[in-house]
Amino acid sequence: MPEPYADAAVEPKTLPVDDFSSDDSTGFEGRSPWYLAWRRLRRNRVALAFLALFFLIVIFVLAAPLWATQVAHTGPDTTHTTEKITVDGKKKDVVSLDGQPIGPVWFGAAGKFFLGADGSLGRDEMVRLMYGGRISLFIGIVSALITTILAVVFGLLAGFYGGKLDSAIGAIMDVIWAFPVLLLGIALGTALSVGNGLQLGPITIPGNSIWIPILIIGFVYTPYMLRPIRGEVLGLREKEFVEAATAQGAGTLRIMFSELLPNLWSTIIVFFTLNIANNMLFESALSFLGAGVRPPTSSWGSMSSQGFTLLTSQPQLVTIPGLMILLTVLSLNVFGDGLRDALDPKSKITLRARGGQIEPEKAST
Amino acid sequence: MGPFIARRLVRMVLVLFAVSILVFLIFNVLPGGGTDAAARRIAGKNATPQLIANVRKDFGFDESLPQQYLTMMKQIFSGSLVSYQSQLNVMDQIKQGIPATFSLCIGAAIIWMAFGVLFGYLSAVHAGRLTDRGLTILALAGISLPVFWLASILIVYLSQKIPIFPNGDFVPFQDDPWQWLVHLILPWTTLAVLFVGFYSRVLRSNMLDVMDEDYVRAARAKGLGEHQVRTRHVLRNALIPIVTLFGLDFAAVIGGGAIITELIFNLNGVGQYAAQSIGNQDLPPIMAVTLFGAFFVVLFNTLVDVAYAYLDPRIRLGTSAELA
Repeated sequence: MPEPYADAAVEPKTLPVDDFSSDDSTGFEGRSPWYLAWRRLRRNRVALAFLALFFLIVIFVLAAPLWATQVAHTGPDTTHTTEKITVDGKKKDVVSLDGQPIGPVWFGAAGKFFLGADGSLGRDEMVRLMYGGRISLFIGIVSALITTILAVVFGLLAGFYGGKLDSAIGAIMDVIWAFPVLLLGIALGTALSVGNGLQLGPITIPGNSIWIPILIIGFVYTPYMLRPIRGEVLGLREKEFVEAATAQGAGTLRIMFSELLPNLWSTIIVFFTLNIANNMLFESALSFLGAGVRPPTSSWGSMSSQGFTLLTSQPQLVTIPGLMILLTVLSLNVFGDGLRDALDPKSKITLRARGGQIEPEKAST
Repeated sequence: MGPFIARRLVRMVLVLFAVSILVFLIFNVLPGGGTDAAARRIAGKNATPQLIANVRKDFGFDESLPQQYLTMMKQIFSGSLVSYQSQLNVMDQIKQGIPATFSLCIGAAIIWMAFGVLFGYLSAVHAGRLTDRGLTILALAGISLPVFWLASILIVYLSQKIPIFPNGDFVPFQDDPWQWLVHLILPWTTLAVLFVGFYSRVLRSNMLDVMDEDYVRAARAKGLGEHQVRTRHVLRNALIPIVTLFGLDFAAVIGGGAIITELIFNLNGVGQYAAQSIGNQDLPPIMAVTLFGAFFVVLFNTLVDVAYAYLDPRIRLGTSAELA
């Protein structure tokens, strides 16, 4: 990697006399790869701007209770079917007699029904948008965590032990890989929720729990992350530092988790970021089709689905939750892209969708 | 070539078998709450005890698991599977949807390939400059769009506010080719945008890699013009991985990736059938569509692999493990 040296050459080192932690005798300051990555990332203004956008969205959804209690004075599930509100001095029905909800009134009613009502039940769309975002983000992040943990543990095992274990894990992944992801998600989502949920020994997850979509999404994307991690472990396993650790008498667990794992962090972090984005998109698709989150819980995807019946008269019920998904996913994708360039400028890891599914892809050289 | 095809076919059969096992596990074995969970799931919501008993009998839930597996596969492949809610034969419904699904997917595939290659090429040729940056942002936006959102926006703006295109429905090609085309423009666009984003990004990075190769320098050294070097040497070689991806993606889109597009534009394809069944919580159609979708993907991928091995001897001689 020429770049670290280039960096060091630009700023010749003023050698700190009392700093013995710097074990570099050439007169250059030793810099950790993380520091170098941070420097590269800092220069990428676009990536940082989109990271800021992501944080704004997080703040927006975290502020949900504040808006609900202080401004809108209603909850996400409170219905106002027969009520009237005063908009700019005029009384208006929240839901008209033919079932049409009121459109966005902005600040016409002091923040109440800022984005109008959500349908014939007359719930406050803005409040629902903020609370729904919490669900969307929560599902995206937790399912990405599940994918990451599964992929790292099984990827390490497969890559390190090789042989039969590797073939077995590989075969299972091949089968999951064969399914179009959306179909697999739908199959699991409907099978689990039409019945009374999932029963695994003492644990029962009811059919309308958000843990069902979380587990499904976490599960179906595992192969897409496991493969590149396994590939990397295969390469690392042959390196001298593993041999050195073995010579020192390190056990397999220690080699896997304290020698190999640190070398995988940059891949894991990039994947994790892109995975959250992808999972949110996938959750929205599942929920839009009715195979994701279920009432009474709602996410941006299920809000769009519900609003879709009113697309002609109240298009904002679909376009606004959809826009929130787009902004969140875009911010994570752009930031993840910058993060990848910063952490490992040479790597070619990308998450690619295939009919709504991602696929990690390493350059085949 | 013979041994390669044989090996590939054996693997295909194994994967098909495993896929069918997984479908069986999801629908028939997955532990749900209470007794008779699987039978109740398949019978659908508000099922009477009589109906549940019928499902138990049809799917052989009283028998051993291997026997149940065979019964389920027989139901699906013999075409006798019915939806217990609508009483309609699942196979007939799927067959009816096939023309619409293929029209949508083939058209979208042509569009995404054409624009993906065009944008990727422009992006690589202008790497680092404004065109490249603009296209990169567009590509990232393309892959971040929720499909239902894009479809809704297109309907609201290009069909309702400015009525240029119809807002959906499928017109069979043999009935009226012009209407077929007009009705499919918005669905094609919706489905293609995501892939245009990906393909342009992948092609861009492939092209940038290829540009460093020795044979590109050799082509320049022998005096070829820049345009010829780019199209005949760089683009051609950078397209190889794209063609593989295309095979995979095309299969995945036909095998179930176009569900939302079909639903929103009311195309009455296989995907819409699946989507409506989700809404009705009607499992037998989803069971069949999932199995056929996955089968189609596996078969198509095998076909692509064999075609590839035919075109590129390196694949059938040794390095196949990586690429197959």
